[in-house]
Amino acid sequence: MSVVRRPDAGADARPGGGLDARRVVGLILRREFVTRVRTRAFKITTAIMVLAVVGLPVGIHLFGAPSSIRTVGLAPANAAMAAPVVGAARTVGQEVKVRTLPDVPTGERELASGRLDALLDGAPDTLTVVANKGLDDKLRQAVTVLAQQQALNAAITRAGGDPAAVASAVAAAKFDVRSLKPAPRYQGERIALGLLAGILVYVSLMIYGQTVAQGVVEEKTSRVVELLLATVRPWQLMLGKVVGIGSVGLGQLVVVAAAGLAAALGTGVLSIPSGIAVGAVGWTLAWYLLGFLLYALLFAAAGALVSRQEDVGAVTGPILMLIIVPYVVGVSVLPIDPENGLARVLSLIPFFSPMLMPMRTALGVAPWWEVALTVALTGALTAGLVGLSARVYRNSVMRTGARVPVRDALRAS
Amino acid sequence: MADRRLEIDGVSKRFGDVVALTEMTFDVRAGEIFGFVGSNGAGKSTTMRIALGVLTADAGEVRWDGRPLDLDTRRRVGYMPEERGLYPRMKVAEQLAYLGRLHGMSVPAAAAAVATWTERLGVASRRDDEVQKLSLGNQQRVQLAAALVHDPDILVLDEPFSGLDPLAVDIMSQVLREQRDRGVPVLFSSHQLDLVERLCDRVGVVHRGRMAACGPVEQLRAGGPTRLVVDAPAARDGWTAGLPDVAAVSCEAGRTVLELVPGGDDQAVLAAALATGPVHEFRRRRPSLTELFRHLVSAESAA
Repeated sequence: MSVVRRPDAGADARPGGGLDARRVVGLILRREFVTRVRTRAFKITTAIMVLAVVGLPVGIHLFGAPSSIRTVGLAPANAAMAAPVVGAARTVGQEVKVRTLPDVPTGERELASGRLDALLDGAPDTLTVVANKGLDDKLRQAVTVLAQQQALNAAITRAGGDPAAVASAVAAAKFDVRSLKPAPRYQGERIALGLLAGILVYVSLMIYGQTVAQGVVEEKTSRVVELLLATVRPWQLMLGKVVGIGSVGLGQLVVVAAAGLAAALGTGVLSIPSGIAVGAVGWTLAWYLLGFLLYALLFAAAGALVSRQEDVGAVTGPILMLIIVPYVVGVSVLPIDPENGLARVLSLIPFFSPMLMPMRTALGVAPWWEVALTVALTGALTAGLVGLSARVYRNSVMRTGARVPVRDALRAS
Repeated sequence: MADRRLEIDGVSKRFGDVVALTEMTFDVRAGEIFGFVGSNGAGKSTTMRIALGVLTADAGEVRWDGRPLDLDTRRRVGYMPEERGLYPRMKVAEQLAYLGRLHGMSVPAAAAAVATWTERLGVASRRDDEVQKLSLGNQQRVQLAAALVHDPDILVLDEPFSGLDPLAVDIMSQVLREQRDRGVPVLFSSHQLDLVERLCDRVGVVHRGRMAACGPVEQLRAGGPTRLVVDAPAARDGWTAGLPDVAAVSCEAGRTVLELVPGGDDQAVLAAALATGPVHEFRRRRPSLTELFRHLVSAESAA
């Protein structure tokens, strides 16, 4: 029987046979990263997220956005009204395409199949609009304007004037707008970016925050923590786990964001300057990191309090609320009202900033000083929680059985 | 290395109102197997966990080679906790290599040690299986490999024999002897006292958080109560009633086991036995470890 020789004092070992803390944390971190990345759950969620962010712009590029352009059919008698219809629609902000149809029954069939939104029939002075299921507001306004113009033209003609001359004179009338604030540009795209940033940060924090708590409990349930703590310090185990799992989430987010950005800019679906888009993505990643560190400390400490996976939910619930509440406020209020006061105030509170600031930044409504302030506050809060969380973890992680009371866990040891 | 010792010196520990250890003191010398016996809850595991730094003592010190055990020295300890613990979803070889690395091994050294120990402990064919897919007995072997993979200077094994089949018990015993012969101090706890008796150079009996007795097995047995076995088929019940120095322990089919008080006169007993008729057997018997353990525990409890 062979006897194992002493481990060679390789690059890892210090003369005393010890390891420096960074190497220990590195080993723990790498194990966390590798085991998580290898799981089927990770591969599937990554694939779904990439598909979603790539599929959306590619789909829009291939099939067009859900169209806002309406198609108006003209009965043969109204063929001459094509230009007035388009003009009238433009004055109410509705883009229309006009098609002249061979006869009214064909038009009705087209209406029924959805290829037409409205069919204009009847003489100019007795205009009839045939619609499939009622007329939408914009089209109704457009037809009203059209009818009024027709009536006006008729009156001008009767009065001996030239309708065309009046029309061009009217068209030449214009005014300048002087707004006190520059109008927001790319508003629709910014809202899409803000929503996406919010959803990605939310999903990542929810998944990986809870993974930290579950990972801590897994080590308690399997009792492997005793074996580990005989050779590493509790803070090293906690730090390695938090950073390892955080890196998995960050890596996934980078892949998803890069794929989405490339797809959106590549297909030209995003007309926003790429600098703004890249900036929004950058802040999304940054806020994920800031938020993850903050919440992961709480999740790790909470996980250490219990010994069974069934009990994880009870201790992580309050932390989840810190993520869910600002998310719900963000996605329900910000797209409609980017400058909403409640969302703004909440976003300045460190526990809520990681969810709300990436959305507000993407929407372009967060001034630089608010960003700087919230980053600083979140960082300071995280730094303050490190000691507290490490203490709870250290005091609880070896206690199995019943849930450890928070007061016991906070006691100095 | 020969005179290095693992010293547990005056270690005390309370859990709230419960006193777990009181001034626990003993040492394990390099190249000896020290058996740790005691009832459930006597404080064996607590002592081991304190030695490994998993628990902190309220008082006392654990030293190796004259210096307090710190994290760097603990990394040189091979530990098998009472509550077995491995990552259930991690593959055997990966897990052992990871633990080796955490104990300071380089990648190739860890890989070589994993290959050696899985081979040695008969789980080589399961290297690429997740630990949770192994039978309990095989998980136990992996657990032992986890304690040995980093070629430890000290072995602390909490109930290493529980749950092992006879074959695995033989392998485990052999490994412990081998480690001892390499000069490793081996501390292990067990309830299987016959095994402890067979394997250990010295034994410590723990009772209610204190060391009740400690020393080589032979010495402990010599210090224990002497028993006399008398086979006198014609003797009637109560034939020993008039003898001052003995108390009957058991009596079965003419075969009487008597406990002799220290310094008692066994010749008077023999004379009394011969008076009843023929005596086929008369011998002094030292108590087995089991008897000694019962004696110590009941004496302590009575005190």
